[in-house]
Amino acid sequence: MRNPQASSSSRLTRVLGWSALAALALNTWWGLWLSPPDVVQGQFVRMLYVHPAVATMCYAGFGLCTLASLAWLWPRLRSPRWDRLAVAGAEVGAVFCLATLVTGSIWGRASWGVWWTWDARLTLTAILFALSLGYLALRRAVDNPHSRALVSSMVALLMALTVVVDHYATSWWVTLHQNTTLFKQDPTVHGWQLATMLVSFIAFGLAFAWLVVHRYRLEGLEERYENEGLVSALEARRSEVTAPLDVRPGFEGDRSPSRAPAEAVSQ
Amino acid sequence: MWRDAVLVAGKDLAVERRSRVALNQVVPYALVVLLLFGFAFDQDRPLLLQAAPGLFWLAVLFSGLLAVQRSFAIEASDGAVDGLRLSGLEPAGIFVGKAAAVGLQLLVVEVLLTGGVVVLFHTRLEGAGLLITSALLSTAGVAGAGVAYGALSMGLRVRETLLPLLLAPVLAPVVLAATEAWRSALGLSSADGWRWSGLLGCFAAVYLAGGVLSFGALMEET
Repeated sequence: MRNPQASSSSRLTRVLGWSALAALALNTWWGLWLSPPDVVQGQFVRMLYVHPAVATMCYAGFGLCTLASLAWLWPRLRSPRWDRLAVAGAEVGAVFCLATLVTGSIWGRASWGVWWTWDARLTLTAILFALSLGYLALRRAVDNPHSRALVSSMVALLMALTVVVDHYATSWWVTLHQNTTLFKQDPTVHGWQLATMLVSFIAFGLAFAWLVVHRYRLEGLEERYENEGLVSALEARRSEVTAPLDVRPGFEGDRSPSRAPAEAVSQ
Repeated sequence: MWRDAVLVAGKDLAVERRSRVALNQVVPYALVVLLLFGFAFDQDRPLLLQAAPGLFWLAVLFSGLLAVQRSFAIEASDGAVDGLRLSGLEPAGIFVGKAAAVGLQLLVVEVLLTGGVVVLFHTRLEGAGLLITSALLSTAGVAGAGVAYGALSMGLRVRETLLPLLLAPVLAPVVLAATEAWRSALGLSSADGWRWSGLLGCFAAVYLAGGVLSFGALMEET
């Protein structure tokens, strides 16, 4: 029988997982079959139902990491939970950041004719991905949980700065990347396109939440494994020290180190 | 704080004066990097001229990584960092002092690399005011971020590999802005180089302020 405490799944994650799967299926159906091709972009407009949602989840992951890091740095709120939430947000954010780069590259090839261009938004997103890899590598390099939480929180704040600059890059610099699509006075997306796009945000949002909850719990399990591993190792060591003198026959009355191995072999 | 900064900078520069690591190893390394860039572009002179500012600042970035590694390697050996922690010096002063020492070494490297760029890539130096201002600001940014991240990775087993991974993305905007400022100063682009210098000033201010605020906690934890 499965020990429920040794797993990161629960009723919540099952509901989230199945909901995400259903929403992604709906997104695929609407995106590929129901939504019409665009007048300008033709069939390539279907990337609209993946790329913006994935990029938003990337920002959400790093945003979550920043808020959790700030909470950890705040002495009154300091708790290992915030550190777990920070690593969960950063790791899931990094996955979505890579997905943003890949889907953006595919869309760029279709729209601009190149897989990559040295545009402010693209370059900053690539830098953000590299920063997130550095953040995760740093976490693996520090053994002490308190030190790990402190240094990674500081790096997370710098990552947040890059997220803000990345978000406003299309406004601050002249870029090939299009500006805000939905949240402007006269949005050019409507009808089936708008509905499918909203479904994509819901679908990827659910997938994001599912991944974050699992990763958060996994971090807790890892901490528990490390702590319990240490406790059991200490207990085993203590029993090694006491057991031979009291329990093992042949040692009583004769504790000379030279004879002990021979006795042990003869048994 | 400033007195402590002068003490720490003097100590680091005295170690450098005696060991001559920056002069005998970092400078030749930076010049070799320039030579390799020349080989990579297959002596295509117009292309080299266009790319010279970017190549220059990449060589500075690589040299900066070495200078920061060196700055914290001398603290890691023989438990010197414990002495620094127990010395009673203000952490902000230690940060500023170490950043100043790294910055000064980098400025020497940049002067020599500028000579290398002129000789090897046939670059004609123009717009001295913009060149010098942007170089000073970007050096402050590289040194500030470098020393803050150097402290962060000081006590780690994998600091030699982790530091470049952490630092290179952080310094990428500095390299980009410095390259654009130099391209403008050398007449290679029509962009306003002073705006890029302003951006470099912002980066330097953020990195130095971040370092001053966080250095104490980083020294305690790593």
